[in-house]
Amino acid sequence: MIEVFISMGVIGGIGAILAVVLELADRYIANYGECAVDINDGTRTLTVEGGGSLLGSLVAEGIFIPSACGGRGSCGYCKVKIAEGGGPVLPTETSWLTPQEQKNNMRLSCQVKIREDLKIHIPPELFLIKEYRGRVTRITTLTHDIKEVRIKLLEPEAIEFQTGQYMQLTVPEYGDVEESVYRAYSLSSPSFEKDEVEFIIRLVPEGICTTWVHQFLKESDEVTVNGPHGEFFLRDSDKPVIMIAGGSGLAPFKGMLRDLARQHSTRKVTFFFGAVSQRDLYHRELMAELEKELPNFKFVPALSKPAEEDRWQGETGLITDVVGRLGEDIAGSQAYLCGSPGMIDACIAVLTKNGMPQAEIFYDKFS
Amino acid sequence: MVEINPFVILFAAIFTNNILLSNYLGMCSFLAVSREVKASYGLGFAVIFVMTATTALNWLVYFYMLVPAGLEHFWYIIFIVVIAAFVQLVEILIEKISPVLYINLGIFLPLITVNCAIMGASLFMIIRGYDFLQSVAYGFGAGVGWALAIVAMAGIRQRIARSNVPAPLAGAGIALIIAGIMSLAFMGFSGMIQVQ
Ligand SMILES: Cc1cc2nc3c(=O)[nH]c(=O)nc-3n(C[C@H](O)[C@H](O)[C@H](O)COP(=O)(O)OP(=O)(O)OC[C@H]3O[C@@H](n4cnc5c(N)ncnc54)[C@H](O)[C@@H]3O)c2cc1C
Ligand code: FES
Repeated sequence: MIEVFISMGVIGGIGAILAVVLELADRYIANYGECAVDINDGTRTLTVEGGGSLLGSLVAEGIFIPSACGGRGSCGYCKVKIAEGGGPVLPTETSWLTPQEQKNNMRLSCQVKIREDLKIHIPPELFLIKEYRGRVTRITTLTHDIKEVRIKLLEPEAIEFQTGQYMQLTVPEYGDVEESVYRAYSLSSPSFEKDEVEFIIRLVPEGICTTWVHQFLKESDEVTVNGPHGEFFLRDSDKPVIMIAGGSGLAPFKGMLRDLARQHSTRKVTFFFGAVSQRDLYHRELMAELEKELPNFKFVPALSKPAEEDRWQGETGLITDVVGRLGEDIAGSQAYLCGSPGMIDACIAVLTKNGMPQAEIFYDKFS
Repeated sequence: MVEINPFVILFAAIFTNNILLSNYLGMCSFLAVSREVKASYGLGFAVIFVMTATTALNWLVYFYMLVPAGLEHFWYIIFIVVIAAFVQLVEILIEKISPVLYINLGIFLPLITVNCAIMGASLFMIIRGYDFLQSVAYGFGAGVGWALAIVAMAGIRQRIARSNVPAPLAGAGIALIIAGIMSLAFMGFSGMIQVQ
């Protein structure tokens, strides 16, 4: 009997010793203490628990570094400049950093562990990315599958952004959806409207977010959005603008055109909007109004399969055909594209074939 | 204890009794990580280090804890726990000391916890009745032998990748055949010294 207890004691003891050693190691060796992260030479200084990734610590502090892969090191979006601390560049980063970037101390923030005080530099506009709480003030049905949602910002109460950028809408758990998710939506409101944001959202059958927006979301509900994100905005230039969109891709252009109208712009703008039939068209009165306000603006809707009863007089065919018919007149213009990846890729092919340089084509793919 | 010079044991463990090629232990990581010479160096060094250290540790645990308490029959469980805890500890340490080493070696450490060659080395040293020095020599030698085998294998596989392997044999098939031929080649050493 006694032997049983001795064996249990010894085996348990060995296990316990090892457990204690590991626990101590975890507490003292893997403990990096509190580290200070200095951002942009003192613009902000964070005190964070060491040991975590730089990306995670920044996001936890409300600084939204871009990331599409969730910190796995497979998107290359999360670059920041680390002036001091951070250790050597890791093999997991090298494929994302050009030699020039490595020389400039650029790093993937998801791969850098905070183990000492850091000095980092990030583009100042990242400070503008925040999480906003808002209240839905209006939901308008634009077509059979597109709704427009306006949200009044409650906390913070105002937003700074560039018209055309997008925000991420938080979808709470609802119905069978057990996990909260984010989805990106282009802002359809112009940047001079600072206390309200607006989105145009098309229903994707079985889609998590769009089903929620179309069937569950009601006026005066509270929602959370974060942003602004992205590089999609009208570039300063005198070049004529070609806008191309399909479906809910009209969203950023609505904002841009309202912005131009407010500035009494005389820039030449042609907006090609692709839809299947008359019932997929929306905001036609708004476009007619903008055509009156903007002397050099033209809205060109094109239907790929107009229905019999539509008695359609306008352009027909796929949007790529319509744009293709412009031929090489477009060579000196700038193009802005928004919509499904398929449409965008096809349009870019047509545009470049007709002599538009890749550098003058800007787009946001709704992927 | 057996009377063999530790250097002989070291030499035998590398060549004549190569733990991988004569005992066929540690096959899974041998096949999985031998596609690139660089990665196989990483894993090879990690195995050398862990094997040397765990044979030493396990020897001490066995003779100073299990034997006095009459609990030798628990050696399997205890060895596994010691190896797992040790590897975990090393992982924490490396992560603290050198991030580059961590990325190069550390990622292999969890793989090593379940590498049967590590466990095999600890069991063999007890079965063969080695003393402490002999055990450490054996652990180190077995690790070097394992590393040698995987680096050689990776070199061969890198060349094979550029040649025409019959489709049904591509991948693991041809790797196992190569391992067999390497094993035959290493048998050629066995006339030099015989250590059991
Ligand atoms: C930068 C950016 C801006 C965007 N702006 C807008 C916008 O202004 N308005 C808007 O409506 N959407 C926009 N999107 C798309 C939006 O983020 C969602 O992907 C889309 O609304 C579907 O979300 P979901 O949760 O309903 O579908 P999910 O549950 O994510 O998807 C359900 C199924 O539908 C497929 N699917 C996903 N998206 C689409 C799609 N767009 N068309 C067809 N099938 C799809 C998925 O592969 C999946 O099989 C934008 C995307 C990006 C990246
Ligand atoms: S977050 Fe994707 S690479 Fe860092």
